[in-house]
Amino acid sequence: MRTYEFILNDAHLTALPSGALWWAERGLLCVSDLHFGKSGRIARKGGTLLPPYENAETLARLERDILTRNPQTIICLGDSFDDLAAFEEMEEEDHRWLTCLIAGRRWIWIEGNHDPGPVDIGGTHVATHTEGPLVFRHIADPDKSGEISGHFHPKTRVNAKGRSISRPCFLIDKSRVILPAYGQYTGGLRTDTPVLQELMAPQSIAVLTGKTATAVPMMF
Amino acid sequence: MARRAAFCYPCAMTKLPKIFESWFAQKGWSLHPHQQTLLDLACDKSTLLIAPTGGGKTLAGFLPSLRELANGGRGLHTLYVSPLKALAADIRRNLGIPIADMALPIRVEDRTGDTSYSKRLRQRADPPHILLTTPESLALLLSYEDAPKIFASLQRVIVDEIHALAESKRGDQMMLALARLETLAPNLRRIGLSATVENPPALAEYMSPGDHSTNILLADPGPDPDVTILETSAAPPWNGAGAHYAIPEVLAEVKKAGTSLIFINTRAQAELFFRALWMANDDGLAIGLHHGSLSREAREKVELAMVSNSLRAIVCTGTLDLGIDWGDVDLVIQIGAPKNIKRLVQRIGRANHRYNAPSRAILVPANRFEVIECRAALEAVYAHELDGEPRGTGPRDVLCQHILITACSGPFDATALYHEFRRAGPYRDLSRAEFDDCLSFCATGGYALQAYDKWQRLITRPDGTYALRDPRATRQIRMNLGTIVDTETLAVRLKNRRGGRPLGEVEESFAATLTPGDTFLIGGEVVRYENIREMTVQVTREATKKPKIAVFSGTKFATSTVLSHRVLAKLQAKDWPELPAHTADWLHLQRRISSMPSPDRLLVESFPLDSRQFTCFYGFAGRNALQTLGLLLTRRMENAGLHPLGFVSTDYALLIWGLEEITDPARFLAREGMLDGLETWLAGNAVMKRSFRNVATIAGLIEKNLPGKRKSGRQATFSSDILYDTLLKYEPDHLLMRLTRQEAMRGLVDFTRIEEMLSRVAGKIDHVHAPHLTPLAAPLLLEIGKVPIRGQAEERLLAEAAEQMMAKAGLS
Repeated sequence: MRTYEFILNDAHLTALPSGALWWAERGLLCVSDLHFGKSGRIARKGGTLLPPYENAETLARLERDILTRNPQTIICLGDSFDDLAAFEEMEEEDHRWLTCLIAGRRWIWIEGNHDPGPVDIGGTHVATHTEGPLVFRHIADPDKSGEISGHFHPKTRVNAKGRSISRPCFLIDKSRVILPAYGQYTGGLRTDTPVLQELMAPQSIAVLTGKTATAVPMMF
Repeated sequence: MARRAAFCYPCAMTKLPKIFESWFAQKGWSLHPHQQTLLDLACDKSTLLIAPTGGGKTLAGFLPSLRELANGGRGLHTLYVSPLKALAADIRRNLGIPIADMALPIRVEDRTGDTSYSKRLRQRADPPHILLTTPESLALLLSYEDAPKIFASLQRVIVDEIHALAESKRGDQMMLALARLETLAPNLRRIGLSATVENPPALAEYMSPGDHSTNILLADPGPDPDVTILETSAAPPWNGAGAHYAIPEVLAEVKKAGTSLIFINTRAQAELFFRALWMANDDGLAIGLHHGSLSREAREKVELAMVSNSLRAIVCTGTLDLGIDWGDVDLVIQIGAPKNIKRLVQRIGRANHRYNAPSRAILVPANRFEVIECRAALEAVYAHELDGEPRGTGPRDVLCQHILITACSGPFDATALYHEFRRAGPYRDLSRAEFDDCLSFCATGGYALQAYDKWQRLITRPDGTYALRDPRATRQIRMNLGTIVDTETLAVRLKNRRGGRPLGEVEESFAATLTPGDTFLIGGEVVRYENIREMTVQVTREATKKPKIAVFSGTKFATSTVLSHRVLAKLQAKDWPELPAHTADWLHLQRRISSMPSPDRLLVESFPLDSRQFTCFYGFAGRNALQTLGLLLTRRMENAGLHPLGFVSTDYALLIWGLEEITDPARFLAREGMLDGLETWLAGNAVMKRSFRNVATIAGLIEKNLPGKRKSGRQATFSSDILYDTLLKYEPDHLLMRLTRQEAMRGLVDFTRIEEMLSRVAGKIDHVHAPHLTPLAAPLLLEIGKVPIRGQAEERLLAEAAEQMMAKAGLS
């Protein structure tokens, strides 16, 4: 499994192919935009009935990363639940599974725009979290540096000898990292969207997720 | 319960009223025999009229209605359904003439996606006597609560171009709608109008209502057409699909004829050919362009010019295949091989709006292989041999959509609905279990995990009927209606002209491959790609440069089995005196440097091209079988580390390309273990994901991307591939997965066909290592419908590309 290692504000970080960020020195694993309960929320609003398996799949991937890295701290960067009902309607089995993952670890929920406020499952709920030289929040603040955020679900496309390959990606520059969405039912925002172009510095790097973490220049 | 019709019409009357007779006499016309017969059969439940273009087919369909309405009527009497919006508008104009001439008290209106909201609302409250519409607009009408009121008085339905509708899911939806109409208006009689088809009884069976059979009326097919292959001073190239070598001769033919329709198989080729024609058009002949990627305004302009006879020719795609009566077309030019004899015959028919005069058509092969195909097609036309695939049973994704549409109009009884569906031809054999599967999918999602107890889409009411739980769902169901699943497209606009009209649209996948500075053709002009902003491709005009690419869209036409058999038979000849010398020479060259494919051996050719290794298998086993073989072989190649990148199949050959060469094809063709792991390999393939997207969209699991409705922030929407992967892992036997496999397998084929071919050629494999592209393989490079293999090769290409990009940006 090839990962991508880089330094932000003196912190040595690793972008994992799964879309999680690993900070080995602190034993900290960070994921963003889990969007638990998305299918349920769409159904509730009278929309289509999507396969109700996204929680199980997202949890399975999260468990795999946790078992591999054995982190002491886990930070979920926001939009973890699609809304409060999404938490309340969580299948009992999935609820137990998540509780097990939380048990025995320092677990930090950052509030996102979708999040319903504190949910009753353990862990700490905060708006932002500072850990050493880094600050974690849901939506990037253009004036800050040493910042880890999510929210935008960035994805990028690479033209490899006529084969067009599009995948979710990390965006990395000297001041910040924007994480890809980790949840199963999430789409992406192209990196050439103005909002992302304005947030990121000209020499930014996009790290594609998938089988390996592959770095390409963000602007091309 | 539907009200009985307020009016009963005297069916015994077979003669036309006096006023009609004097109108015909005044025009100098007399009734065609099939028009009279249709009047005689006016009281029968269902009649199919098969007549060539120009036979007064549409008027024949309307005569029984006009007669019944001659003394006035109340409410909606006749519904006319056609596959094209433009056709509905055209019929309104044409029908207006006799109605005005005879001062008949008949109101005719059309209703399509282009009709204004206020007019559509008014039509529901106060329907015209005759309503002209499309299958989708009809389905939408049926989804309203007042549908029973609108249709209670309905007496007749006329389905035009029914042969075209029957070829796709639109026809299946249409037949379900007719079954619904019959429930609402039990008196309903139907007339189907069709061009020449290979199997009239099958089409009649398809359109028959419930227990009733359908009369088949065959009109006089008229004289044989006059079809030739264009003679050119320059020989056609080895490969290429543009036929630009023939421009001078095509222009000369256009000049000699009154009005010509120039058919080309894809939109991109139409753009290129149109441009090439204009560059050589020294006499300034008025030539227009018409295809589905152009903006509506651009198309309407050409249509109007055509109606007023101010154009000498139109370069067009399948958009003009069907019957709009435009001006006096007296020549059809077909660019590229026709691929399918039936479609060719129908296109040729466009050149004749005078009954009983032969239509004139000229075929223009785009490359030398197509010379053989054109010749084979021409011989088939004169032999009156038509091709066609037998129809399967009605697809169930359409059924799911129809259950939801029915629910929009009000609560329904499941058993009654089941019996109603079975009265539609394509669903005659629907079992109750199959129906219940679809109902359960619509109601609860049909998942093994009971997640939606509270949030069902359909709920059962105390009286046992089903109803929508949330009335907000109606909007989404109506927006998603229809069975045409388009590829995602982006509008193309001139930069800095925000409010300006779009030039047209391109496929998103094509837009994704563009880099700033690339040039392409749209609407006949060369534009330069600048960027993508808010889901719009921004371009600037580029007057001078030659366009780089124009592959923004393609309709896939497979060569029919009949045609490909004729082609293989031709290849066996010692010499080809009936073909032009250049093509005969070219075939002799193939025989010299490689070999000629034959029915009892398997020719395999390998050659390098553009840093890829190509291998071509001339199986002549039909496109479906060869596509399956492509999947099987690429799986073996992936396992052997040959890094296959993709393949494409036609009816006669399979072409595979990858990063490493196949040195020993026999090993890969060995029957032993061919099927091992096939299912896993298939499940992950692009063919399956493509089918899933279609099935899931039609069945209502995912929402259609409506053009112009898509927001720029797309975090909220995710691709259907994610749903496919999730279902594959957690519930591979879900209804939609089963339907996906069924649909994909219709495109693939039973492994026995491959086994037959392999045992037929067992040990008789001729492997030729060619230093370069061979004559016969050349046309395959341009085939549309390539299947990508997303295996190790993709990772390798990505890694290489990433490294180069980082180095170039100074970031590594």
